[in-house]
Amino acid sequence: MATFALVDCNNFYASCERLFRPNLKTRPVVVLSNNDGCVIARSQEAKAIGIGMGAPLFKIRDVVEEHGVAVCSSNYALYGDISERVMTLLGSNAPNHEVYSIDECFLDLDNLGVPDLSDWCRNLRQKTYKWTGIPVSIGVGPTKTLAKLANRLAKRSIKSGGVIDLVHHPEWIEPALRKTPIGDVWGVGRRWSQMLEERGITTAHDFAHAEDGWIRKKMGVVGLRTAHELRGYVCHALDDQPQPKQTTCCSRSFGETVRDKDQVHDALMSFAERAAEKVRRADQVAGAMQVFIRTDPFNPNAAQKSLSGSVSFDHPTNDARAIAGAATRILNRIWREGFAWKKAGVLLLDLAANGTAPLSLFDAVAPKDDGLMNAMDTINQRYGRGSIRLGLAGKDQNWRMRRENLSPSFTTKWADLACARMV
Amino acid sequence: MLTLPSHALKFTETPSKLRLPVYSSSVPAGFPSPADDHIEGKLDLNEHLIRRPAATFFVRASGESMRDAGIFDGDLLIIDRSITPKSDHIVIASIHGELTVKRLQQSGDQWLLVPANLEFPTMRLDDVGCEIWGVVTHSIRRHCGR
Repeated sequence: MATFALVDCNNFYASCERLFRPNLKTRPVVVLSNNDGCVIARSQEAKAIGIGMGAPLFKIRDVVEEHGVAVCSSNYALYGDISERVMTLLGSNAPNHEVYSIDECFLDLDNLGVPDLSDWCRNLRQKTYKWTGIPVSIGVGPTKTLAKLANRLAKRSIKSGGVIDLVHHPEWIEPALRKTPIGDVWGVGRRWSQMLEERGITTAHDFAHAEDGWIRKKMGVVGLRTAHELRGYVCHALDDQPQPKQTTCCSRSFGETVRDKDQVHDALMSFAERAAEKVRRADQVAGAMQVFIRTDPFNPNAAQKSLSGSVSFDHPTNDARAIAGAATRILNRIWREGFAWKKAGVLLLDLAANGTAPLSLFDAVAPKDDGLMNAMDTINQRYGRGSIRLGLAGKDQNWRMRRENLSPSFTTKWADLACARMV
Repeated sequence: MLTLPSHALKFTETPSKLRLPVYSSSVPAGFPSPADDHIEGKLDLNEHLIRRPAATFFVRASGESMRDAGIFDGDLLIIDRSITPKSDHIVIASIHGELTVKRLQQSGDQWLLVPANLEFPTMRLDDVGCEIWGVVTHSIRRHCGR
């Protein structure tokens, strides 16, 4: 039988925030979205006092005050680095693995050849905590969907010790299915769970026992696969070679709305540089790009507008100068005065591996001056992002993200290292 | 140019794209270089200092309590969390919500956190709120301004 494990970091962002700040260990912790708008991650304690996912900060001010909740701006430099460590460790223990998200990883445990798999999982869990400081839960199942379901239960059950293995305890599968609300099954979205609940299918068990023809008619082959996976038939294999990305986006909501064209332009230049850097890091080139700006759809009193424009490049490129230049031309073309802009972004499209792009007949010489871009990347990596930039950025930075409670970049900046006191 | 420290210590570098030739002298051009057989690659400080990158963290030391162990204010500490702490290891411990540096010592069936400076007090590990965070493998001290 196939054996999949899903390793999922517990309250990942909150756990990262706690790693270098042990004083947060006993306090509820919440992490806010970009611009400090709403709650995107909560520690167990924060969940327990009733702070909801997505709650806007201004609505929970009283609870924060009353319970001494630690409020953190999101620090993706930190989360990304810690995630990489966790994934590296998991990958070195189970060579066949699929990094599914920043805090989840599927492992293929089929040919691992360990005598006691549950034991092995418990050890892996302990090792991950010891090495990286991040607590994880592990669910094991004969399919990815069941592994995911087991993981959810492992998180909830104190008795499980963070590991539930449905492969070596097949007798647990039925109660596990009964205990799982349909909306918590992997691949069943909110829309489907509502439809299913209306028809009396409220648990994973109900769904696994629904009739194939009916499922197929209502939810297509995707829904049918989910039902089969719940019954223990593998439909989703491990995807250990992620497809190279086809597009890359860099966009932000502004801290305050912006009316001034120069400021929007300034922001777009930053996004263009950042997007170009991402594409260079993947050793890709972009064939086309799109720029968009839009007003705040949540402000009913503001005039609404959403603008975008795109260009294709004659030569696919990852050169920040070419991309920033094109962004400027697009902005000039689409710009409209009189609106309060809330968000802008740069999308690089039609990405291809660097060096594979065919030259057209009329290409005299392929542009070949990666030296400057390499130098920029090296300097920015060494001294922190934005150390060296194209000569385009202005001084006015109203658009910058609001990050009032940003923790230090403990693992990615020399100046931000945690301090160990010798007292 | 001596810019070794800050750069060479980075261990999360993106993979190098430098491609090295398989043969470092071209065969038809004459005699092979007598040095070819002796190329051993460059010394890499990361390799020397960091055995398990996924478990290795840097922390800045601050204060005077580990003076006699040769750790001074401002030193850079390399912590390997994968190492199981033993008696006499220098460790990072979290004491009442704060990261500190101490020497771990077993005394009978008790575990102590001992400073390397007589002016500071010893603590018991089983005091509430004490926990070992990681084992210090190296300390790095700058002896010359940039």
